[in-house]
Amino acid sequence: MEFAELIKTPRVDGVVLHRPFLPTVEGTLCLTGHHLILSSRQDNTEELWLLHSNIDAIEKRFIGSLGTIIVKCKDLRIIQLDIPGMEECLNIASSIEALSTLDSVSLMYPFFYRPMFEVIEDGWHLFSPEEAFKDLESMTDEWRLSEVNKDFTVCPSYPSLVTVPKDIDDDTLCKAAAFRHGGRFPVLSYYHKKNGMVMMRAGQPLTGTNGRRCKEDEKLINATLRAGKRGYIIDTRTIAVAQQAKARGGGFEQEANYPQWRRIHKAIERSNILQESLIKLVEACNDQSNSMDRWLSKLEASNWQSHVKEILTTACLAAQCIDRSGASVLVHGTEGTDSTLQVTSLAQIILEPACRTIRGFQALVEREWLQAGHPFQQRCAQSAYSNGKPRSEAPVFLLFLDCVWQILRQFPCSFQFNEHFLITLFEHAYASQFGTFLGNSAAESRVKLKLSRKTVSLWSWVNRPQELERFVNPLYEPNSLVIWPSVAPQSLLLWEGVFLRWNRSTKFLDEAYEEMVHIIEYNKELQNKVNSLRRQLAQLETEDSPLQTP
Amino acid sequence: MEHIRLPKVERVQLLDRGSSRRAQVGTLYLTASHTIFVDNETEVCSEIWVLHSLVCNVEKQSVTAFGYPLLIQCKNFQVIQLIIPQENDCNDVLMSLLRLSRAKRYEELYCFSFKPNIDKAERDQAWDFIDLRAEYSRMGVPNKLWHVSPINREYRVCDTYPTDLFVPKSATLPVIVGSSKFRSRGRFPTLSYYCKETQAAICRSSQPLSGFSARCLEDEQMLEAIMKSNPGSRFMYVVDTRPKLNAMANRATGKGYESEDNYTNIKFQFIGIENIHVMRNSQQKLIEVSDLRSPSMGEFLLGLENSDWLKHIQTILTAGKFISKAVAEEGVSVLVHCSDGWDRTAQVCSVACILLDPYYRTLKGFMGTYLCDRMAFPYRYSHLDEDPKEVSPVIDQFLECVWQLMEQFPCAFEYNERFLISIHNHIHSCQYGNFVCNSEKERKDLGIREKTHSLWPHMWKNKSDFVNPLFRPDHSQTQGVLRPLTTPYCFKFWRGLYNHFDRGLHPRQSVLDCLMAVKEETQQLEELLAHCPENYSDLPASKHPLKLFKAHLSSANSPQDYTGGILSTGPKDWPVQQRETESTELSLFGDATKSSDPDNSDQESGVADFSCHSSSGGDSFPSEDSVKDADSDEAAFNTA
Repeated sequence: MEFAELIKTPRVDGVVLHRPFLPTVEGTLCLTGHHLILSSRQDNTEELWLLHSNIDAIEKRFIGSLGTIIVKCKDLRIIQLDIPGMEECLNIASSIEALSTLDSVSLMYPFFYRPMFEVIEDGWHLFSPEEAFKDLESMTDEWRLSEVNKDFTVCPSYPSLVTVPKDIDDDTLCKAAAFRHGGRFPVLSYYHKKNGMVMMRAGQPLTGTNGRRCKEDEKLINATLRAGKRGYIIDTRTIAVAQQAKARGGGFEQEANYPQWRRIHKAIERSNILQESLIKLVEACNDQSNSMDRWLSKLEASNWQSHVKEILTTACLAAQCIDRSGASVLVHGTEGTDSTLQVTSLAQIILEPACRTIRGFQALVEREWLQAGHPFQQRCAQSAYSNGKPRSEAPVFLLFLDCVWQILRQFPCSFQFNEHFLITLFEHAYASQFGTFLGNSAAESRVKLKLSRKTVSLWSWVNRPQELERFVNPLYEPNSLVIWPSVAPQSLLLWEGVFLRWNRSTKFLDEAYEEMVHIIEYNKELQNKVNSLRRQLAQLETEDSPLQTP
Repeated sequence: MEHIRLPKVERVQLLDRGSSRRAQVGTLYLTASHTIFVDNETEVCSEIWVLHSLVCNVEKQSVTAFGYPLLIQCKNFQVIQLIIPQENDCNDVLMSLLRLSRAKRYEELYCFSFKPNIDKAERDQAWDFIDLRAEYSRMGVPNKLWHVSPINREYRVCDTYPTDLFVPKSATLPVIVGSSKFRSRGRFPTLSYYCKETQAAICRSSQPLSGFSARCLEDEQMLEAIMKSNPGSRFMYVVDTRPKLNAMANRATGKGYESEDNYTNIKFQFIGIENIHVMRNSQQKLIEVSDLRSPSMGEFLLGLENSDWLKHIQTILTAGKFISKAVAEEGVSVLVHCSDGWDRTAQVCSVACILLDPYYRTLKGFMGTYLCDRMAFPYRYSHLDEDPKEVSPVIDQFLECVWQLMEQFPCAFEYNERFLISIHNHIHSCQYGNFVCNSEKERKDLGIREKTHSLWPHMWKNKSDFVNPLFRPDHSQTQGVLRPLTTPYCFKFWRGLYNHFDRGLHPRQSVLDCLMAVKEETQQLEELLAHCPENYSDLPASKHPLKLFKAHLSSANSPQDYTGGILSTGPKDWPVQQRETESTELSLFGDATKSSDPDNSDQESGVADFSCHSSSGGDSFPSEDSVKDADSDEAAFNTA
């Protein structure tokens, strides 16, 4: 298919663009296969380059022959284009609609994007299961890297290499896979160096209504326990939801069959409820006519903050079981690709200082989200302005980032990255020139789409020194401790950087950030001066001393 | 002393409501001024000192297996839960506290017995720390249009006003006297703030006694004189801060508001700030919300909404914004009043001043507004055991407005949140004489200047604790008028005040502390580099200040109860491990404090707060209080 077929009108002159916080611009609107471009052809006015894939929804309005298109973006920005001429306006609108909802992944921009920078370090090869396993090997020899899934037949959403207990053979894994939702048999997610406890994740067991059991599954997870130790199974669903799952062939681990495990149910909501929550929250934030009562009651009714609290609490619980109770943990929900990953990745942020560095966080996103089979493409197909019934869209990853931001707010010196980094990941998960978040699983992205050959990795760009600079938290000081966040409502804030970003100017807050950077840099500059003076002095003393001694 | 029925109770348990840590066991002492809890179990002797004057409620709760619980609620939102083994002891403590916390006469207030170690000359000087006349001359008055009127000498016209009052030069004595007779409690219009650039003024008064139709020629002339003292403008605003309905109801009792028909060239405006009774209920609800133990997000947000508190803050800030805009942008003078002109009026005028004048966003300037606005035209504080219906959170609301502004303009204020919280604490604790009494006259009659001490020099001396590291006098954000947003989502719950004592709810690392430490080190480095090169070997090995925060972090860092008691290995198992980590961190932290601030050692010696301290030492005011008066109290402590 040619993009030209979809573009009914490639350019219109005299279009007026309205954007938050920027002066209106008049210029020429051009549509290309992947971008909506508005150019004033004047030197110092900023042009608009908007990825079609960033467009969540559009609305058309007409006053006489002047048409207006309201473009609502997945990054939550809303822009307005005033287009003279009804026909042009309709053409532009339908073109945008078609181009922003392309079905075929291979037509997406990342397959066409050519970087304007030299790729020094290829992000596609930075984080492999082999590398992660090398780290693990240096700490323990109780695990092995299994190739059982090398052609993605045992579990389509797992990577080709997974870490499993050493004593469990591939045959057992296959049988356990048949007993778990989506073939997601229990695999290692995190090894806690301090006490050797582990966190594993899986899909729900397929017990069904007649209480099916699977000896291999039991053997597999029992193999992760030390002698005489008990473990915890954290089911991210309420007991009621887990019970209902039985009717559809799912279920949960029965105490009788897993006597060494204690099951805890939490209440992380399913994806369609989360999507609804996002829509309500953004609607509340965008409504400028709110009275205080209405604002607070809409904020409450959106339930967004409740989801943040529940997810964070569950992650803390998992971390607490591991670090404080010295027990291993298995986490699952239904599929094991959403709430499960929120919990396992946040628990690692809490427990593992390396995950709080920029590189470590990238590795975490790779390991616990991309390779662990979070269906990014489905979940991020639409954002908060989607109308109509959500299919499989859900802000699962955004909620994870929100939770990370909450911890960052509570431990502002313990993260190497800043809020801007998290917002950038949010943007790229929904629309990007990079291929990192394309596809729904390792099988799809690595093999079918050949992303690593055909697209550029987000990490290749992020890790360039000149970009990295913008993501570094000036307050960072490595902190080797476990960080326990507060999950009280008083401690959890609305993530203004995302949800109010386009509603109010952040000029004064940005100035404060700059001032903070300035204070710290000036301090470092003076330290360097003093240190170099001190070195000079020391040098002088050693040179002088022989002369002084008679 | 005669009110202390029981000076000492042993084996008292102190519950820590915030975390799942187990209760501390210790000895409870009652002194003339403080309740003191001394933990005798842990090696690091920890103490809590609570001023009786801060206690607003003491309650005996139903008996438990461990003994008789006593709940002590304080005006600074600290809540202390004790369990006393014997019922008799519990009753005695209760009765003593009930009496000790409710002063019946001004002389019983703590400020009259608080004797810091300074001589009389120093004390007088302290009271002159802020000079009202200088404050007005900074604003640009007296000038050819405004002057000090001698009319209120010996408080002849209005006994709740101070003697020195600025009025338009063109207002004659008969006009002022006539106007005062037409105003509630004689509080005629007088100058609150003068804007040099636009010559517009903010004046304030009480409501006119207009009833349904009464007029007063002198009062009309008085407003005319104010309007004309702003040569550029053709009209002035009269802002009635009350809701219209309340103002109308007042007409039935012979009071009311100005009619545009009778007063030429005024534009009349209602603002709709609720009265103190509504505000008090609202704050009570807010406190209940902040006191909820592990609420769900929904409970918290609904509670916040139902309290209406943020709505009131929004209204007050909007009113302040209206006035500051009138004065600075339109160049129009404003007369502000409510009923008596001392609650909402003072509140709104103070907010307008903060927005208008960068000076009030400095430490010294804030103390200045304080003196001008609060002392000369005071709110009614309820330090005595008086009618609880007259207690009002106006001052809390004013401080909160300033805090909300700080959140929007992080570089615009020289002082920090800690400063506001510390002032809040001092307003209620009565350790210093600044906030006692309701009028200048009352203060003179009581001899506040001679018998008590002033807070400001004390705060000024410790100003390093109260400075906002992001403040820069030359920053564009610092200059000119602040134009805050007043959309609902700009207003946040003030956790720092309402949950101040719930340590577990606050960020475990503080950007404020961190930047303060960095700046302090920068200053040392600057000094070092500025002086001679032979000094640089004296500098202790450079240690990045951020490193200090690891220590700071972990001392407060333990898990909350995420489980709802699910985990079988409960909190019982933790303290051992915790104490280990804590003790190492304490020593780290001790080093840090010493190396960074040797002058703080006196603060360390009396560390009395049960929660952990920031490295700067000034974070936590209870300790500051208890330390500062350690001398005087030690005596009481021993005799008791």
